[in-house]
Amino acid sequence: MKALKLDPFLSKLQEADALEKIQDLIQELRETLAIDHVVYHWVSADGEQYGYGTYDPIWVQHYIDQDYLRVDPVVLGCSQQFHPVDWKRLDWSHRAARAFRKDAIDHGVGNQGYSIPIRGPNGQFALFSISHSTDDESWARCTAENQRDLILIAHFLNQKALELEKDRAPEPIRALSPREIDTLTFLAMGYSRGQVADMLEISEHTLRAYIESARFKLGALNTTHAVAHALAEGLIVVGGASRAAHGNWPGRRSEKNAAAN
Amino acid sequence: MLRYLNGDALSNFPKLRDGMHRDHAAQFRDRLKWEVQVDAAGFERDQYDDLNPLYVIWEMPDGTHGGSMRFLPTSGRTMVHEHFPTLLGGADIRSDHIWECTRFCIAKGAGANVAAALMLAGGELMRAFELTHLLGVFDARMVRIYKMIGASPQVLGSSGEGRDKISVGLWQFIHTDRAKVLRRAGVSSDMSEYWFKRSLGHAIKRSIAA
Repeated sequence: MKALKLDPFLSKLQEADALEKIQDLIQELRETLAIDHVVYHWVSADGEQYGYGTYDPIWVQHYIDQDYLRVDPVVLGCSQQFHPVDWKRLDWSHRAARAFRKDAIDHGVGNQGYSIPIRGPNGQFALFSISHSTDDESWARCTAENQRDLILIAHFLNQKALELEKDRAPEPIRALSPREIDTLTFLAMGYSRGQVADMLEISEHTLRAYIESARFKLGALNTTHAVAHALAEGLIVVGGASRAAHGNWPGRRSEKNAAAN
Repeated sequence: MLRYLNGDALSNFPKLRDGMHRDHAAQFRDRLKWEVQVDAAGFERDQYDDLNPLYVIWEMPDGTHGGSMRFLPTSGRTMVHEHFPTLLGGADIRSDHIWECTRFCIAKGAGANVAAALMLAGGELMRAFELTHLLGVFDARMVRIYKMIGASPQVLGSSGEGRDKISVGLWQFIHTDRAKVLRRAGVSSDMSEYWFKRSLGHAIKRSIAA
């Protein structure tokens, strides 16, 4: 497994605006990592599936035909977890699970795997997996070396999927809290993080938590994306009209104090 | 030594599990007088134990429970949101990169290093899983302990006075804090990473992202 150049990859992913482009990027990721497979798999509460990846289309169809979603220890295990798991640590003790494993290996999935469960807004669940045919030791080395990058990629892929498949996303998006609205509004107005923290009378450290929480709720990739999203959705209002208005405008001294209490 | 165990893996460690739930009863019901549910066997358990949380447990040399804490991501159900929303003061923090830490518990007679070892584990989780913050509810006596360990949180809100004061705080990972916490815990960096790897099956990458 080779080292990944994360930043260029994530920028390309961020620019991708169609499913085919994401599929190409996933192929590229597989080649860079020099492993057998890379897969993103979104499972809705009603059992509907969506995803992209490098598995043989015959295996994907077979998986659906066999209703393997009910058996697959990777999906079942990951739905109970919130941190990455090596497939070896999942429960393969049932006969159906062992038969599934054999079938998967016969279809070229590989004897090793590693999955990152992803929880999106409103209980959305997806997983990002890599798999390969190799011995335990090389696999452990490979996952250890790339774990952090893979976690980031998993979340970026999920945000992309949420963005491209808005209709699939569980509704409604969780409301932003007053603190998050204040934070995004000030950032949209061009204040620095330091200035915003000062105005809200909180530390930058706490401000970062508000930004992260707002980013998550909006399904955004980063702070800029979150601000753009909030503006586009009308969740925050900035500019001349709001400055002149008498109503609830968070840039005001009195409003700031009200919001802080 | 530190063990990182999901709820569904606890049954493989019955001695640690039972010790943890008994020590919860001793700390939260007997010492802190919190209204917690204790069953006939003397175990304190709540609804969040059923959500397959991640427990971090300090195992004593004789295999018993020395201290522990429990984690769930704030993208799902948490105690802060369901029991202490007012302490958040208008914030409603939700993210799968921010985890809530609850039931921070030290067994009676456990050494001063145990609290530090648990804080160390919190930092390892943040490093390994790309967490931006940990969120937690704590009582007044913990303020001094966190300060002594060298890992004080940012307090978002509090209620009550004196010994009854309860606060919600946020931790973020600070590289220099880790060195301090390691020293307090009396654990080497390599050992801590080894414990993590043994429990969760993969290593924490060495480099610390800026």
